[in-house]
Amino acid sequence: MKLLIIEDEQGLRDNIVQFLQKEQYIVEAVADFHSAMEKVSLYDYDCILLDVGLPDGNGLGVLKALKNRQKRDNVIIISAKDSLDDKLEGLELGADDYLTKPFHLAELNARIKAVLRRKALDGRNVVVLNNMELDFDERSLRVDAAEVHLNRKEFDILAFFVVNKNRLVYKSALAEHVWGDHMDNADNFDFIYSQIKNLRKKLKDHGANLEIQASYGVGYKLTV
Amino acid sequence: MKLLNHTLLYLSASLIFILSMWAVVFYFSMMDEVYDSIDDGLENYKMLIIKKANRDSTLLQKSRFDESNYAIRPIDAELALRAVEEFKDTAMYMEYEEDYEVMRMLTTYFSTRDGRYHELKIITSMVEGDDLVADLLHALLWLYVAVIASAFIINNWVLRKIWKPFYQLQHTLRGFRLGEDQSFKPPQTKVTEFRDMNDTVSTLLRANIAVFQQQKQFIENASHELQTPLAIAINKLELLLEQSQGGDAQAVANAIQYLERMTRLNKSLLLLSKIENRQFAQDESVDFNALWKRQVDDFEELLGYKRIGLEIIEKARLKKRFNGGLADVLITNLLKNAIVHNHEGGHVRITVGDDGFEIANTGKAQPLDPAKIFNRFYRSGDQTSSTGLGLAVVKAIAHLHRAEVTYRYADGLHHLRFRWLGIDTK
Repeated sequence: MKLLIIEDEQGLRDNIVQFLQKEQYIVEAVADFHSAMEKVSLYDYDCILLDVGLPDGNGLGVLKALKNRQKRDNVIIISAKDSLDDKLEGLELGADDYLTKPFHLAELNARIKAVLRRKALDGRNVVVLNNMELDFDERSLRVDAAEVHLNRKEFDILAFFVVNKNRLVYKSALAEHVWGDHMDNADNFDFIYSQIKNLRKKLKDHGANLEIQASYGVGYKLTV
Repeated sequence: MKLLNHTLLYLSASLIFILSMWAVVFYFSMMDEVYDSIDDGLENYKMLIIKKANRDSTLLQKSRFDESNYAIRPIDAELALRAVEEFKDTAMYMEYEEDYEVMRMLTTYFSTRDGRYHELKIITSMVEGDDLVADLLHALLWLYVAVIASAFIINNWVLRKIWKPFYQLQHTLRGFRLGEDQSFKPPQTKVTEFRDMNDTVSTLLRANIAVFQQQKQFIENASHELQTPLAIAINKLELLLEQSQGGDAQAVANAIQYLERMTRLNKSLLLLSKIENRQFAQDESVDFNALWKRQVDDFEELLGYKRIGLEIIEKARLKKRFNGGLADVLITNLLKNAIVHNHEGGHVRITVGDDGFEIANTGKAQPLDPAKIFNRFYRSGDQTSSTGLGLAVVKAIAHLHRAEVTYRYADGLHHLRFRWLGIDTK
């Protein structure tokens, strides 16, 4: 998988590159509008992370250029502006997703994987992990082909762990992904812990071959 | 006290003084004139009587006043020569009035041709001093009332007319909201003083508007510019977290937590200034019954975990023009507030009516300060990780949509009521 990162802030660019390289992607990064236009006209990418606010042009211009050339690269817009209009305009121009700064890297990872899954040739939005099969369209889990009933939030938690497998997932990244901005209070982490305990029990009862480790005060890690 | 009444107060006080002074002077000068003319009359009468007495000696026998107004009695020459003519006030019984009345009496002396001396007393009725004073006071009182009344009427009319530009300015100023109105237009007037005042006020407000705009711009820019460095810092720490173990990891996680708090603060401030800058359009019809239910659904697990009971009472179907994004923020903030400031096994009650909705929750057993809870950065004390901006955002959203949000504490429940004001014109 080949990714292009268009981001003018060096610190952010470096972080994203460093994080995504661990996911075994081929990652390229540019810092300005012109280099971005050059890259997208020469090569095809599976996913492009696009910052809207570039010093020498609007990032949406890159999106328009892609559309004009009828290229089918997936684009995730990264913006410091949490504005609905920007979001709508970006999605209208054909972007696949929209992420507001600041974001958790695990969240970015989940978004990229979702985009890539949808792009996959067989069209099945499914992730297989050991004896588990997660169907993102039906939002269902099968362990050894047997259906395991998960509620909405349990599925979201598991899905987030699965796309970030073997990585330490910081607790509030998980909270934000599953419950949105609602879980911004420290005392809610006990609540998250209790939710994960339920999930663990269900997975164990059905013989799922994985483990969710808790790292006290930090987060969780799914190991396979 | 109104300006009009002020003028009248001073006017009536000084008029009392002026009119009393005038009355005293008037009384004495009038009395002086009255005495003068009465005494002249008596003098004339005296001459007529003496002339007649010289011709007709029977007159000299009239020693009592009786029906006429003079009396003559003989007197020693010695006494008569020493005495002087005098006018004096005296009292006399009047049959008509059945009372003693003030009379003016002239006592004089004369000699007849036979060399005998006589004393002549002539009386005439006098102006009654006390009656005159009473009449004068009476007239004065009416004059006073008439002057004050006409002053009141004229003043009222004139002041109203003259001060019209002032009241117009006052009205315009009252309607002025810093941060909402981009310019200030004072009423037109030809009166120099008022024009000066209008110009001064306009200049002052223009400067204020400019400063306010700058401040708002600054908050928005600052919040906006902070997002990127915050993002970088959080992400760097997340990368570090993956490589850390045990205590180090916890320290890093802790640092991230603080940065996240800063992010939330920042986002809320940005949201607030955007709302205040009216960057949101009320462009959707929002079904609040459905919205509440959907949001409650999102909080279901948390409610279950905290064993908080929640009920929604739908008294009416509430559909309003609203900004969709802000409606979400509004309901989320209210719900979050009711859950966070609750206790285990508590209760939340949501009531949706046709003019708004109310959310009531158990929590601290004492009322909060209704004047402060909507202020920015107000915290009830125990919630150190909250931004203290949730209800400030709620209030700003209410204001934007011509609604009000009020707090009250009753029956052990904290109530927050969101109510549209009047007819939704937008």
